[in-house]
Amino acid sequence: MTAVTVGSGPAPVSGALTDQAPGACAADAAESECLVRIRGLRFSHGPRVIFDDVDLDIRRGSVTAVMGPSGTGKTTLLKLISGQLRPDAGTIEVDGEPVHALRQSALFELRRRMGMLFQSGALLTDLSVFDNVAYPLREHLRLSPPVVRKLVLLKLEAVGLRGARDLMPNELSGGMARRVALARAIALDPMMILYDEPFTGQDPISMGVLVSLIRQLNDASRLTSIVVSHDVRETASIADYIYVISNGRVMAAGTPATIAAERSEWVRQFMDGLPDGPVHFHYPAPDLAADLLTRGVG
Amino acid sequence: MAFKALRRGARAVANAVLDPVAELGRSGLKALAGLGRAHLLLLHILAGSAEVLWRPRLLLAQVFNVGVLSVLIVAVSGLFVGMVLALQGFYVLSQFGAEESLGVMVAASLVRELGPVVTALLVAGRAGSALTAEIGLMKATEQLAGLEMMAVDPVRRILTPRFYGGLIAMPLLVALFSAVGVLGGYFVGVGLLGVDDGAFWSQMQSKVDFREDVVNGVIKGLVFGVVVTWIALFQGHDSTPTSAGVSRATTRAVVHAALAVLALDFVLTALMFGN
Ligand SMILES: Nc1ncnc2c1ncn2[C@@H]1O[C@H](COP(=O)(O)OP(=O)(O)O)[C@@H](O)[C@H]1O
Ligand SMILES: [Mg+2]
Repeated sequence: MTAVTVGSGPAPVSGALTDQAPGACAADAAESECLVRIRGLRFSHGPRVIFDDVDLDIRRGSVTAVMGPSGTGKTTLLKLISGQLRPDAGTIEVDGEPVHALRQSALFELRRRMGMLFQSGALLTDLSVFDNVAYPLREHLRLSPPVVRKLVLLKLEAVGLRGARDLMPNELSGGMARRVALARAIALDPMMILYDEPFTGQDPISMGVLVSLIRQLNDASRLTSIVVSHDVRETASIADYIYVISNGRVMAAGTPATIAAERSEWVRQFMDGLPDGPVHFHYPAPDLAADLLTRGVG
Repeated sequence: MAFKALRRGARAVANAVLDPVAELGRSGLKALAGLGRAHLLLLHILAGSAEVLWRPRLLLAQVFNVGVLSVLIVAVSGLFVGMVLALQGFYVLSQFGAEESLGVMVAASLVRELGPVVTALLVAGRAGSALTAEIGLMKATEQLAGLEMMAVDPVRRILTPRFYGGLIAMPLLVALFSAVGVLGGYFVGVGLLGVDDGAFWSQMQSKVDFREDVVNGVIKGLVFGVVVTWIALFQGHDSTPTSAGVSRATTRAVVHAALAVLALDFVLTALMFGN
């Protein structure tokens, strides 16, 4: 096993992809083993560089966590993988298909095999819970109403909300909305689910429910899951493999055990939630005294 | 030293002149880019036309939203506008002893101008702003992105039915406005001011031309329907996905739609009734 070496400053990991831990693909892994393969990814929002030469693999059947501080581009990464955004450079392959180069029809074909759980849930607010879960089924499959009903109830049962089928989205708590969105995401039996901050803003109980739900769904339906989060402990508890990203680079990668044993100060600070360390509490700014003495209104 | 100061002064003057020019150029480019995006969106909306026929229920719901829900405000406004027209018209016409022509005057003004224009302004305020807010909020709450992740094109599924809903509802609302307005004119003119009943209707019938006046009015309604709905949908779809962004977009939708309707009305009137 290659040791992951990261300096105290923001330095990318070079040896991470040769790490043979369960969860990572080998550099030359067969396509059947590797569901997502990202190479040389560069992306910027205007002048702001979000990703600068990122390599990342997601192994089939695994739960892979992508962690990093807020604003590092975790949501952006999911949008790139699902083709909602296009990279400036580099390649993103999902199930052997180059997402970054697909036309809309091919992309939509691929998306039927992907589910995404948005940070907000993104439920259609003028449809009931039942109709929200039924939406993708009615859109894409020609099923009779009784079959749709059975499927929807099964999916709702899987997230424990069969009894909430007649509620409207505004009558749901945050945790329930996220579970309904999850039921909708698995409605078409996708091969992969992307979770964007599934635990944020959840009380401890619904957090625990979601944590075990993600793992259960992954193993029971032979899914591949990508969980993007900054909730370190919860995410590490269900992940097979973890990427830590910051400043547009992969800072560390490995199994939860490897990451826990990681000695780099930066990764330690992030994983242990220390207020100060290589990452400073203050956003970069000129000296305070000089700033206060500057004349002007800006 | 003096030279340096002079140079600084010259630069300040140059900046004072050039900055507004640069700013003008920037906002011009921004407006052009927006216009480009609006047209691309329109093409995208139209590309989904066939699907609307497939899902008539979506279309019907939108005709209801834009049309039926605007019926009351349009009818009431039409009634009052017609009544005011009769009052004002009677005053002018009676000076020439031409009170009998009141019916023509009321009907022609309504059918040619006031019907389409006032209805379009009302719909922009009532239904247009609602469309913008709805689409903008759907964008802000990631519902549009959510649809896209379900492999459903949100423009075709959400925007196209709303576009055709507006397109269908507007000419009907225009007709309603004009019809109710004529009735209002009748109540005031004949009922209140004592214009001869038979003259009111018969002059209207002989002088207001179906092809020239009524059809042209409906065409105006159709054009305004396209413009108002298009602007409302574009502003919502193009809004910054925050609460401030959606509120700004809603204001812009109403203002732009009103200006576009008034300007287009001039162009259409010149084309239709010019010679
Ligand atoms: N549409 C956008 N335009 C410009 N900048 C954006 C946009 N979306 C996100 N960003 C910026 O990109 C960075 C990464 O965003 P995001 O992927 O949402 O971060 P995370 O999900 O890790 O918190 C943020 O700093 C954000 O300010
Ligand atoms: Mg995010």
